[in-house]
Amino acid sequence: MKIINWLLLISFGALLVYASFGLPNRGDADAVMHREKSPAGSQGASSYYIRNAYKDANTPNMVTVILADYRGYDTLGEETVILTAGLICFLILRRKKKNSDDPI
Amino acid sequence: MIRYKSNLIILMVSRVVSPFIMLFALYVIFHGHYSAGGGFQGGTIMAASLLLMRLAAGREIAQLQFRTILGTPLGSIGVLIYFGTGFMAMLAGGEFLNYGFLPFAGFQAAELRSLGILMVEIGVGLAVMAILVAIYDDLLEGYPHD
Repeated sequence: MKIINWLLLISFGALLVYASFGLPNRGDADAVMHREKSPAGSQGASSYYIRNAYKDANTPNMVTVILADYRGYDTLGEETVILTAGLICFLILRRKKKNSDDPI
Repeated sequence: MIRYKSNLIILMVSRVVSPFIMLFALYVIFHGHYSAGGGFQGGTIMAASLLLMRLAAGREIAQLQFRTILGTPLGSIGVLIYFGTGFMAMLAGGEFLNYGFLPFAGFQAAELRSLGILMVEIGVGLAVMAILVAIYDDLLEGYPHD
């Protein structure tokens, strides 16, 4: 069984490495995701962001504009996730006062 | 169990370093428009400064700086700042989270967006800072304090 596990692990890793060869190079201007039009023919989002981020939001940092303005819903969801994590820790770990002499 | 012993060197170094970490956190939050940074990163650095005082000075002194009971309410207030910014834009006639419609007079739409991004980043930073400290305090709950 152990050999099968290792073989599965190695073959899956080899598959991932093989798949990574198909990725475009970093900063490749001709990659599909950086084209003006997506393969389906619609307007590409990334080129719009790069062209219009400063004009739309008057902010030099493009990443901030995308994070907080274009993708505002996403960041609101992230913040809600953090708040939920804090509330869950509060609910699970905070003990009631009357049980304070119980062993932990 | 390892008992905490007060160490003068650690306490003094933490006292000197902690305000500078806070200042750097504020810089990271408010300079997110121009360089790398933003609410999440700045809030984490702010929480690091508060946790440094909690680790170095012990529970009693750290309570003077940031009380345990403040953690969860401040996190909720941070989320409410974010939500309120989006909702204010919606009340003023735009879409939800469309900062160009924020009801502040004398600004162009692009400047209003910049302002809205700043308000949102402050909300994110507040929430992240409070929740990280609250999680630390919750994990410490029930541990014998000195």
